[in-house]
Amino acid sequence: MQADERFTDATWPASPEKATLEGKNKYLGFWLFLGGETVLFASLFATYLALKDKVPNGDAALAKDLFELPLTFVATMLLLTSSLTSVYAMYHMKNNHFKQMQAWLVITVALGFAFLGLEIYEFNHYVHEFHHTFTSSAFGSAFYTLVGFHGAHVAFGLVWIISLMVRNARRGLNLYNAPKFYVASLYWHFIDVVWVFIFTVVYLMGMVG
Amino acid sequence: MDIICITFLHSEGHGIDFYVLGLQISGLGTLIAGINFLVTIINMRTPGMTYMRMPLFTWSTFVVSALILFAFPPLTVGLVLMMFDRMFGSNFFDVAAGGNTIIWEHLFWIFGHPEVYILILPAFGIFSEIFATFSRKRLFGYSSMVFATVLIGFLGFMVWAHHMFTTGLGPIANAIFAVATMAIAVPTGIKIFNWIFTMWGGSVKFTVPMLYAVAFIPSFTMGGVTGIMNASAPADYQFHDSYFVVAHFHYVIVGGVVLGLLAGITFYWPKMFGTMLSEKLGKVTFWTFLIGFHLTFFIQHFLGLMGMPRRVFTFLDNQGLNTGNMISTVGAFLMAFAVIVMVINIIMTSAKNEKVGNDPWGDGRTLEWAIPSPPPFYNFKQLPLVRGLDPYWVEKMEGKKEMTPAEPLGDIHMPNSSILPLTISFGLFVAAFGALYNMDDKTWTLPIIIVGLLITFVSMLIRSVKDDHGFHIHKEDLMDDKDKGGKA
Repeated sequence: MQADERFTDATWPASPEKATLEGKNKYLGFWLFLGGETVLFASLFATYLALKDKVPNGDAALAKDLFELPLTFVATMLLLTSSLTSVYAMYHMKNNHFKQMQAWLVITVALGFAFLGLEIYEFNHYVHEFHHTFTSSAFGSAFYTLVGFHGAHVAFGLVWIISLMVRNARRGLNLYNAPKFYVASLYWHFIDVVWVFIFTVVYLMGMVG
Repeated sequence: MDIICITFLHSEGHGIDFYVLGLQISGLGTLIAGINFLVTIINMRTPGMTYMRMPLFTWSTFVVSALILFAFPPLTVGLVLMMFDRMFGSNFFDVAAGGNTIIWEHLFWIFGHPEVYILILPAFGIFSEIFATFSRKRLFGYSSMVFATVLIGFLGFMVWAHHMFTTGLGPIANAIFAVATMAIAVPTGIKIFNWIFTMWGGSVKFTVPMLYAVAFIPSFTMGGVTGIMNASAPADYQFHDSYFVVAHFHYVIVGGVVLGLLAGITFYWPKMFGTMLSEKLGKVTFWTFLIGFHLTFFIQHFLGLMGMPRRVFTFLDNQGLNTGNMISTVGAFLMAFAVIVMVINIIMTSAKNEKVGNDPWGDGRTLEWAIPSPPPFYNFKQLPLVRGLDPYWVEKMEGKKEMTPAEPLGDIHMPNSSILPLTISFGLFVAAFGALYNMDDKTWTLPIIIVGLLITFVSMLIRSVKDDHGFHIHKEDLMDDKDKGGKA
């Protein structure tokens, strides 16, 4: 099967991301990469839990002083919804509906930017209202490293998805770029799953414990 | 307070930064290579090559790649934390600001212990091939060998705290990690016995690779026995940070990994370069290296028990340590001599360059010996059909000279060459060079870091948006090659 062959809805394979050997390799390789990323975030979570509320003196802000549910709840909803819209995009990809796929990806990216904006606002708020900075305490270092690593992943994912959309805007789907879209959406789901853990471990556990 | 702590406790100069950045970049390369091996082994096996027909070397590479995938990210995180502390003033390891240095110990050893299995398992794979080849007999207990390799890989993640018995994690943690560590002796023991039983009743040929393999068994087992001694937590309080530990891990690393590398280089040399190494000089290298190795490291067990500490570059006079260290030094010179002989061997045989055929040892069992030495860049013209364990041996036993093809002769799809991986890593080199001097508050470092990262990310972007469909070697061109014409 030629990778740049043109397809009709009838000839488009059911799993275009795995229809070529190159696609299959990319698909599996990326799943494995996400396995490694899981361990990376697990290490950051462990570091955060070990250093949570570890501050040099009594004046420093602790987790329960910092975190507020409304803001992080909105951020969580934005990112969870963006994961859902990326599923819709992949649904249309599998049905060879290029325009609809692009439209859902635009919504995904927009939600991702909104999330990132809230995160920047949140960090800014902690720094200016609570003097909770990257260098103020071990707690601060661990917090900004864990949540910042996730934020950097979100930013990387946004650049990735946008460049895929721009690159393929004129030529539509084929078996060469279908795995690329699919893998980018896998990455986006992974970012979302990590955030679910950050929301639980950092924010919810931070407010109650 | 903060300032004083930092000035007194951190390492001066750029040594640590060099090590952090260098490991970070090479760790990334290792991780990607590990994923590459995993995907290749899972997706691209030839028809008939089931998992339980794979050569042991392929199995051990497979397990090692999985270890790389899960062991390197904790090292990445540990190095990031240290880099942030040194470059950006974070407080992960600054106790005065709430930091905790034990986090470093954990992250490092969660990587560090699987890493020693990342080193030894490929050597186990190489030795398994060599034992079977030169005993001219299939590997004893193939399936138990596979099982043991997987089990060692799994248990390798459960034992990291045995490097931290004296840290003060408490008796329960120490007991659990001591027992888990001793459990690893079981699959390793299975392997040792399987290798011995492979030789048992075989028609053994003592070539240079086989000599290394035979010498490996007692040498590595001695390292294993001191490993069990170190694994008993109460005894480890005595051994910890002494030369006893140095002797232990050199017995497993030199007696295992380095002997494996020397054996593997000799064994696969004709396959890689199309000419044999001299057996005569190879035997000189083998004997001087083996004697030098035991001379260097055996005495260090006793130096350690006499109280000589590790991680100190010298020792005081008149403490009874001089003779032992002298013996050790003589042994090290013998090993250096052995390696020099090996280099001479390589130069002499390369100059002569006597070409060899597909199967220069005459007893090759696995697929690589069915194709020319060195192999053509596309390896097989037609994918071979695998009909059992040691597929080339299976064909030989039926009187055939070559593998049966599994497909008609057709075009071979190959990837294009690309400069981009080089520019991606060059960008990282530039960025790391800038970061190395960032601690000195020099103004030129920040632009260099930014330029380096730009080179890397722009190269990645180009690689992503530029279509690269590879190319085909055409059937007609393959037919033209004289040696071993294809069968349609």
